[in-house]
Amino acid sequence: MTTFRERIQDAFAEGVPIAIDRGARGHYEHRAEAAAVFPQMEPMRDRARQIRAEVLANLDVHLRQFADSVERNGGVVFFAADAAEACDYIVGLARREGITRAVKVKSMVTEEIHLNAALEDAGVETVETDLGEFIVQLAGETPSHIIAPVLHKNRQQIGELFAERLGVDYTDDPGELNEIARDYLRERFLTAGMGISGANFGVADDGSIALVTNEGNGRLCTTAPRIHVAVMGMERLVRDRRDLAVMLEVLARSATGQGLSSYTNIVSGPRRIGEPDGPDQFHVVIVDNGRSATLGSRVAEILYCIRCGACLNACPVYRHVGGHAYGSVYPGPIGKVLTPSLYGLEQWHELPATSSLCGACQEVCPVRIDIPKLLVELRNESTHELSAGLRRGLAIYAGVTTHPRVFRLLTRTAALVAGVWSRDGWMRRIPVLRNWTRDRELPAPAPETFHDWWRKRGA
Amino acid sequence: MRVQLFVTCLVNSLYPDVGKATVKLLEQAGCRVEFPLDQTCCGQPAYNGGFRKEARAQTRQTLDVLDATDGPIVVPSGSCAAMLIHHSPELVGDDADYGAKATRVAERTRELTSFLVEDLGFTPADVAGGHTATYHASCHGLRGLGIKQQPKRLLDDVGVTRVELTGEDECCGFGGLFSIKSPEVSVAMMETKIAQIEASGADTVVGVDVSCLMHIGGGLKRRGSPIRTRHIAEILAGDDQ
Repeated sequence: MTTFRERIQDAFAEGVPIAIDRGARGHYEHRAEAAAVFPQMEPMRDRARQIRAEVLANLDVHLRQFADSVERNGGVVFFAADAAEACDYIVGLARREGITRAVKVKSMVTEEIHLNAALEDAGVETVETDLGEFIVQLAGETPSHIIAPVLHKNRQQIGELFAERLGVDYTDDPGELNEIARDYLRERFLTAGMGISGANFGVADDGSIALVTNEGNGRLCTTAPRIHVAVMGMERLVRDRRDLAVMLEVLARSATGQGLSSYTNIVSGPRRIGEPDGPDQFHVVIVDNGRSATLGSRVAEILYCIRCGACLNACPVYRHVGGHAYGSVYPGPIGKVLTPSLYGLEQWHELPATSSLCGACQEVCPVRIDIPKLLVELRNESTHELSAGLRRGLAIYAGVTTHPRVFRLLTRTAALVAGVWSRDGWMRRIPVLRNWTRDRELPAPAPETFHDWWRKRGA
Repeated sequence: MRVQLFVTCLVNSLYPDVGKATVKLLEQAGCRVEFPLDQTCCGQPAYNGGFRKEARAQTRQTLDVLDATDGPIVVPSGSCAAMLIHHSPELVGDDADYGAKATRVAERTRELTSFLVEDLGFTPADVAGGHTATYHASCHGLRGLGIKQQPKRLLDDVGVTRVELTGEDECCGFGGLFSIKSPEVSVAMMETKIAQIEASGADTVVGVDVSCLMHIGGGLKRRGSPIRTRHIAEILAGDDQ
């Protein structure tokens, strides 16, 4: 696999789509506007954080209660230790039930476990029904943003893709493109035997799951097919609907700047006797896949995340490189912590290192995750050789700076040497600092340090 | 009022004029400035790099020097002040002795512009000059310490012609070791910042951290831009003629 730095270089060489910066900034501004007109935003964020903290502190209790509640409602619960177990369960269910077509609501955890590939391998046609995800699937790509999967494409590219893959006349009119997708998907909704969703939240005390969408596809996927499978990361619980209401107050505002998403579905089990619609079977697959280990680690706070994507929109690194360069299902600031934590720091050590620690992510996080601090934690844990070289350099600097006389002597010496090595106050090119000097000038140490000036002044 | 100047290692070696301007400004404000001679580096580069052991050693050294003094500790840098206020206590918190020192030092530490505005209510003398300035908000001061309006208010109070900067609160891409470990992204962020600065129409970029100014200034210089970078202390002390 390429390194993060190589992928960034490739992205820059190809030209990162302008749509990414524009789209991310747009969401960022909408969030700011929504927060500005909602006086409760700040206290609501505090409350949301408390809710997440409490759930994670007692996750075992809440999970047991949630599973009991789902079963009481007539649903089936499966705990999957990893991606393979989750996929096997869903593929096995599809086989057993003779399912040949499934429709999906947008879900990050199903991306994480690569469910579509597993179902397709088993001969189940799996259709994404969120417009953005549908486009990504048609193009054979992966989402580049947690909530706006197709942020990297403009409407002309989407028009070309539809013409090529769906055999329709080219159009780049968003309304017409939307109609084309609707027509295509309508028949799939009505003929699919299985609907697959994620879960924005699982409600522990009544066993329901909450799903938010802006397109209404979530309602069709969870009611039209005879089997509904909800896949949920094991940390995505709230205690009750009161707490759910708080989370919903901050989720859409942080994600898109909406007060509430267009559709909020609460699914509370399979169709009951006398009910006109709904699935015959309701399965909840609860996915661990590294979360238990994260819960016991120094970056456990990352599990507070409710996948709103606000940190991506705020992040200057994300805006410049786009989501695909991260090389993982979870891009952006949250991905820089989540990916190494779920999949191993050694392989993903570059992610936490590639941040200026500017803190824009923390500023907008609805549950106030201290992402910069978690990045520093991971940097501290990393023992990668790249870090080892830097550590040697910093160890020397630490040695010097803990001996003030040596520090004064060396800074004075540097000032003298710089007099020879510099011109007009700027350094000449320095090989060891070529990563700096390739695109930026470096100022030279001044002829006299502040220390020396101060001492002369006093004399 | 007696104040301790923590000048920062970058100012000490690369930008001593910023230190001199800070002294001048504090003296104008009626402060008696002291400079603890054994100060070196607060340890922020090591802390941010994740090198906790090295950062702890530097933090202990800094705390020993500063805790032996009295009065407010004034720092002409938002990020070094944030290090002393937020991260030093966290780094040595497990040690009773140093934990107590860190708490005392954190309580006494002030970033320069917030000290002038909030603690002293001081307005420097008018600064004549034909320059047009714009203010770049450095991340750690902005988000860690709430340094946002203070510098702009001071610039306006002394009569500097100031224009707003679109993306004022966006990172310039410095980030310490990040600028060397991830030069491509760092430079891309810097280029966005420089384009925003050029669009502002200013001929001078003012900030409260020489580290970001070194980064932006290094980029401007390489591009042959006539736009200058100045630490706010130099402007307010009238040293920028």
